[in-house]
Amino acid sequence: MVNLTVDGKNISAPEDTMLLEAIRGAGISIPTLCAHEAVSRSGACRLCVVEIKKGNRTRIVTSCLYAVEEDLVVHTKSERVLNVRRLVMELLLARCPESEVLQKLARELGVEPQARFVADTDKGKCILCRSCVRVCEEIVGVSAIGLFARGSHKTVGTAYNEKSDVCIGCGACAYVCPTGHIEMTSTEDKRKIWGRTFKMKTCDTCGRYFAPMDQLKYISKKTGVPLKDLSICMDCR
Amino acid sequence: MIKIPNAQALRQVQNDLKKNYDPNKQLVTICAGTGCRGYGCIKVKDALEAEISRQNIGVEVRATGCFGFCEKGPLVVVHPQKIFYQQVKEKDVADIVTKTVMQGEVIEKLLYRDPVTSETVMKEEDVPFYKKQKRLVFGSNGVIDPTQIESYIAIGGYTALAKALSEMSPEGIINEVKKAALRGRGGGGFLSGTKWEGCRKAHGSPKYIIANGDEGDPGAYMDRSLMEGNPHSVVEGMMIGAYAIGASHGYIYVRNEYPLAVVHLTMAIESAREAGLLGKNILGSKFSFDISINKGGGAFVCGESSALFASIEGRAGEPRAKYVHAVEKGLWDKPTVLNNVETWANVPLIINNGADWYCSIGTEKSKGTKIFSLVGKINNTGLVEVPMGIKLREIIYDIGGGIPKGRKFKAVQTGGPSGGCIPESLLDLPVDFDKLYEVGSMMGSGGMIVMDDRSCMVDVAKYFLAFLQEESCGKCVPCREGVRRMREILEDICAGKGTEGDVDLLEKISQGVADGSLCALGGSAPNPVLSTLRYFRNEYEAHIKDHRCPAGVCKALITYSIDPEKCTGCGMCIKVCPTQATSGEKKKAHTIDNNKCTRCGACIESCKFDAINVK
Repeated sequence: MVNLTVDGKNISAPEDTMLLEAIRGAGISIPTLCAHEAVSRSGACRLCVVEIKKGNRTRIVTSCLYAVEEDLVVHTKSERVLNVRRLVMELLLARCPESEVLQKLARELGVEPQARFVADTDKGKCILCRSCVRVCEEIVGVSAIGLFARGSHKTVGTAYNEKSDVCIGCGACAYVCPTGHIEMTSTEDKRKIWGRTFKMKTCDTCGRYFAPMDQLKYISKKTGVPLKDLSICMDCR
Repeated sequence: MIKIPNAQALRQVQNDLKKNYDPNKQLVTICAGTGCRGYGCIKVKDALEAEISRQNIGVEVRATGCFGFCEKGPLVVVHPQKIFYQQVKEKDVADIVTKTVMQGEVIEKLLYRDPVTSETVMKEEDVPFYKKQKRLVFGSNGVIDPTQIESYIAIGGYTALAKALSEMSPEGIINEVKKAALRGRGGGGFLSGTKWEGCRKAHGSPKYIIANGDEGDPGAYMDRSLMEGNPHSVVEGMMIGAYAIGASHGYIYVRNEYPLAVVHLTMAIESAREAGLLGKNILGSKFSFDISINKGGGAFVCGESSALFASIEGRAGEPRAKYVHAVEKGLWDKPTVLNNVETWANVPLIINNGADWYCSIGTEKSKGTKIFSLVGKINNTGLVEVPMGIKLREIIYDIGGGIPKGRKFKAVQTGGPSGGCIPESLLDLPVDFDKLYEVGSMMGSGGMIVMDDRSCMVDVAKYFLAFLQEESCGKCVPCREGVRRMREILEDICAGKGTEGDVDLLEKISQGVADGSLCALGGSAPNPVLSTLRYFRNEYEAHIKDHRCPAGVCKALITYSIDPEKCTGCGMCIKVCPTQATSGEKKKAHTIDNNKCTRCGACIESCKFDAINVK
């Protein structure tokens, strides 16, 4: 176990635990938007920053990526930390003024929109946390979506904004999206996502539509389980 | 090139080659760096060769790397007298060959003329631009043919490698580099020896050596000139580093926008392989090492170490958090030493001459020399190599020849886009890593952009932020969104739409962006704003409160008028004005219609009587 101090409180956590988990484990809350349990860490949103002190040196680090260290002194609410969080929230509110998730988080953190920033109208609710891209690559394994361009032109989407041949319509991207930016609409027999319409498969037992055909085919191919065995919905299994 | 089996054989080869490279031999060198190529030096070189062959005098014409004095290219030096000709054109070639090469006669009109004394200077080393320089790393550029390994070996090239392999242990090399206190020339100024030691001790195999040639600061081109003009010095430095840390493979990351550097580096690596200096059992030792070239797409952020690794690995050039150092987990998560091109080129010097010699140059904590690219409003644009600790004033006035058209110096921007602007009051600052940092700027890779009194500091900050916004990878929120918002505020200020709280807000955002960004690009992105606020706050206030741009740059805040006392009615301003805003009769004072005027500045440039007022 590694012993450290967080906001004056002595805590301990197993080696290799990230500060974020260690601090939350000690009952101290830290906001995040891009650290999803299903995917690897990226450090993109910067909301989880904390101030650490090692010897005489203090610095700001992202707690989601910084592993616990013996005798580390951590401050989660120092002025520098709050200033970064406040700025990040103001910047994100200006980018995605319509996001209810951001509005709620801003209220919790006591942050008002910065009047000097002209709100964007073309970004939707996407904060570029890249959870969708990571889940598609790391969990689903198809990389149907990716990040394009750089700087303030950066966007998430399918290659060349065309319908993706490799997308299986699983909707994992929409599931992990923290702000609900990714639109997925499902009717009885169809599901629409990233500009493509997927045919849903009915459950062999109850007859309800339950998953895109392409997703089941993909799972069958990847796992070797016959497609027939996958054609039963979770409720009927 | 024959294969060189061991250190002794290298000495033999060197001795044999030295005969062909006798400094007393007649020779014409011509700068063939990218800058002089832009001036048409290849035509001059071809003409020189043709004329020499026509005259049948068998004198070598050697196309070398950049001489540094880019302002006056194409540059030609006639040896052994070292007669220095500048701005040489094809039509001058016949005279150079028949008069100077054949008869030793000096052609006055091709010599450099000192703008202060109006006297001509014959020898290269007496030209004021070169006089105060200490060209240890860059000096061979004007001597060797970068496409010929023999040329490098003849001036003692690869001696340091031979010494390292036959006389020194890896730890001994690291100690020597540590003792020399060599600091990274790419920006951070981190101690190279400490880096090497960390990597040598790190667990993991293989280990990698990388040369960072992703030079991306606007106006900076010293690494390009080194890679073009003396590629073997970079390769040799990397070999010594590889031996010291125990690496078997190295990469040179060079931007593809440097085509000549790519060609010369490729030739250097191939010829070093042929000579047995790269590959298995180098110079008969147990040390094996090879180098690949990785061509970058030109993203500024790829100069950042973790983004550079990502790029070599074939991923998008985005940084990642570096809480574990690259010397432990770098390229492909293996121990890696990444040093800038110029840093590597310093290594053979240290090994050849020893740390004590190296430490005799420079200041207490910054040893050796540094190459700066001196650009902007300066008479002698070019690359200058100076000892650490030299005063800014010496670089700008003695070497750089001061500000053109007798205008007033205002600031010098050092350290690239994320560096800072240093005002006139600090011109006597000794230039080294720590002093530049103390005044709110940094060494960076050595860019030095000089600005005169017609540069608006808010506009300058806006320019650099626009650059950084474009070059931000876009991964983290503070850099992607914060730099953009800062730029928007600066644009408003320049457009006369600045509001009372803007300066405070800029400072607040700066703090958050510096603290909160993922990598050093974002971390230092607010510097142009912070340093101009530190020294030129009144200019910001003039824009916001008085709606006035004191330097006369921000178009929304200025008007042009013609001083009737000074105007002679020559009509030049009428001729050049693209919007017909200037008018008037010949020999009578002209006027400007500010409704039509776009404040492009063409009339100011054209007026010989300084009659255009900007307010």
